[in-house]
Amino acid sequence: MTLLSVRNLNVGIYSKPILKDVSFDIAPGQIVALTGESGSGKSMTALATMGLLPRGAQASGALILDGQDILNLPEPKLCALRGNTMGMVFQEPMTALNPVQTIGNQVAETILIHGPSTRAQAMERARDILDRVGLTAHPLGRYPHEMSGGQRQRVVIAMAIAKRPKLLIADEPTTALDVTTQAQILELLKSLVADFNMGLMMITHDLAVVATMAERIVVMQNGTVVEQGDTAQILHHMRHPYTKSLIAASTHRPDMPPAAPQDDPILVVENATRTYPEPRRRLFGKREYRTAVDGVSLTVNARERVGLVGESGCGKSTLTRAILGLEPLQGGKITAFGQDIATPTPRLRSGLQVVFQDPYSSFNPRHKVARLITEPFHLLPHPPAGKARQDAVAEALIAVGLHAEDGGKYIHEFSGGQRQRIAIARALILRPDLIVFDEAVSALDVSVRAQVLDLLAALCRSHDLAYLFISHDLSVVRSITDRVLVMKAGKIVEQGETETVFSQPKHPYTRVLIDAAPMLPLHNEGIP
Amino acid sequence: MLRYILKRFLSLAISLIVASMVIFAVIEIAPGDPAAYMLGINAQPDTIAALRAELGLDQSKLQRYLSWVGGMVVGDFGTSYAYRSPVAEMIGDRLWVSLPLAIYALTLSTIIAFPAGIYAASRRGHFGDTAVMGATQLGVAIPNFWFAMICVLIFAIKLRWFSAGGFPGWDRGFWDGIKALTLPAIALALPQAAILARVMRSSLLDMLGEDFIRTARAKGLSRRQTLWRHALRNAMIPVLTIIGLQFSFLLAGAIIIEQVFFLPGLGRLVFQSISARDLIVVESVVMLLVFAVILVNFLVDLTYAIVDPRLRGRT
Repeated sequence: MTLLSVRNLNVGIYSKPILKDVSFDIAPGQIVALTGESGSGKSMTALATMGLLPRGAQASGALILDGQDILNLPEPKLCALRGNTMGMVFQEPMTALNPVQTIGNQVAETILIHGPSTRAQAMERARDILDRVGLTAHPLGRYPHEMSGGQRQRVVIAMAIAKRPKLLIADEPTTALDVTTQAQILELLKSLVADFNMGLMMITHDLAVVATMAERIVVMQNGTVVEQGDTAQILHHMRHPYTKSLIAASTHRPDMPPAAPQDDPILVVENATRTYPEPRRRLFGKREYRTAVDGVSLTVNARERVGLVGESGCGKSTLTRAILGLEPLQGGKITAFGQDIATPTPRLRSGLQVVFQDPYSSFNPRHKVARLITEPFHLLPHPPAGKARQDAVAEALIAVGLHAEDGGKYIHEFSGGQRQRIAIARALILRPDLIVFDEAVSALDVSVRAQVLDLLAALCRSHDLAYLFISHDLSVVRSITDRVLVMKAGKIVEQGETETVFSQPKHPYTRVLIDAAPMLPLHNEGIP
Repeated sequence: MLRYILKRFLSLAISLIVASMVIFAVIEIAPGDPAAYMLGINAQPDTIAALRAELGLDQSKLQRYLSWVGGMVVGDFGTSYAYRSPVAEMIGDRLWVSLPLAIYALTLSTIIAFPAGIYAASRRGHFGDTAVMGATQLGVAIPNFWFAMICVLIFAIKLRWFSAGGFPGWDRGFWDGIKALTLPAIALALPQAAILARVMRSSLLDMLGEDFIRTARAKGLSRRQTLWRHALRNAMIPVLTIIGLQFSFLLAGAIIIEQVFFLPGLGRLVFQSISARDLIVVESVVMLLVFAVILVNFLVDLTYAIVDPRLRGRT
């Protein structure tokens, strides 16, 4: 028996084809994962199913939900289905809730618009649902801004399941969440599917999440389904080259040069403490302070790759900014190349470069690439000019796998992965000793991420670089660093050689983190 | 919430004190001796000195500032140099024209702008949106005194529904007063409504692109329901800001409209006082307007907190 049957679904936006002949089925109580890289059409498939395609989209084919073709159903009938027979959970819990309404009202709204119930009944039901998704301690009168990302995602789930829909669609429901929160939300979704006998269409780019959740996988590329089947079968006997390359990229381990000897410290953080004033609780009350970084000490040696992992809010971003000299310290000292970071010299600045997370917003869109990557030249007493400058640009671009003539282009002409290469070129152009990577590969697709990690490995060999690699993604940190530090609530709770920390974690928090991170099963292991 | 109100109130008080100092200082710097001006060019120096003493102009600056502020607190704004009558009375009479006019115009502008902006946003890209936006473009471009003259031509001279100008006073009856203020209020309101409608539309469209609107649609709400239940309240913050600014403008900035319609409002009073070097009147009216602006901002701040719960906890 099938609950949802997608047959030959074609979607075009202003006659540009987005989905081509997409077909798959979901049975009641079954979890089906749609996976693929960005632009593969997985989210568009979900929006088509909900009847929420963007303006200018035309769809053809069939979407049979519970025996009824719902594609091209008139809008009022679709409204009656949405939230009632099918619900949807979105990626970004921070913005998915109306900021000026209480969570109780927002959950009750789903119940009120679909059924004959009084306001009091709806509020009572909202309470039950919020209890069911694990928000027992949260009163109905709470506003979204008073809750964390994971809690908000629970509210979004509560709204989607309030009417016990037959089909739930979850579009990257845990991508914006920390690993431990992700594990809880995935567990919640699984138990809801079992309790309500719901079909779950789970959209995710993360194959490790797919492996732990789904019974079936639908692999998409450029708007078509390239392969589908049972999870175990796909992971073990994949046939399509794209599926193979996806899985290879997800488990990719770049070939890193051997670890450097730890005898030449270039970055030394001693007891760094950073506190922020909290808003006063009373008008003339005493100010309270929140400690974001609490007595952290660490060392990075020349040519060493060091990872820093931790969940959001643990203080790793604050520590990063302090290391870059962008935040004052309230205690302790940070020195790079023997100089205090608080009074940076051009030599210090040019020796310490950074690559940020978002390749889309970290460049000035009105400058050409050559100007973007030569910006650090102002740190040099005699910056190269003319031919020497062109050569430096060409060398940096070629080192990151681009072409010398790319310097004449604007940043919007490049893809996300290429932009991150340009960011690395900008960091590289002064031949620094240490590059800080702040979540530098988190926004990239797996195949692009694998290429960038390979590039980092190659640069290590050719440029004598040390890395400080800050990330919430444990598998990336494991594959690229020699030594790792685990941060929690502003403190370093564990540090050591990467392999040792990952295989024999000592601190309970490290163990929690590692257990919570979904892993792709290797070929000889069983798959649930 | 209480803390938010207290904090806003404190900032209101500080703004008022600073504003009064600035106004006093600026008027002090302005050249010309009011006493000499009042007595004409042939006045004897000792007559001028006597008048200066009578007006209190011979006291120290601090003393004069304190007595000015102290007087205002108890409602004594001093005596006009030019008319020799209490300033408070003069302002009071004019305020009874200007304040109702401002409120009337703002009400009209809101009544026009809200439906127009909401309609345009809900019909984005369609004919209705284009038509409303075209009309508001005209409304923003055309100056209000031109509207005023067209209104007089049509409604006063052709149709004879309203009188072309003047104000009979409120003692002639509420409706007579309202009738006399209607054409000026319309002329003032139309350009403001055009601006407000555009802000309303763009703010709503911003909100309609937000993630939580998509969530609301996924719950089964129709487009219209999401607009009214979820987008509108979130879109109010910029709209409230503009309404606050417009009220301050309408209270003080109606000089030209008052001139066109021969209305005895605050704008004309300031204009006349400046030409007569009646500094104490200028000082007091400016202070009053500053007070009104600050008070309106205070009220807008409070409305923000009612509309948006995220602001309540903040300091």
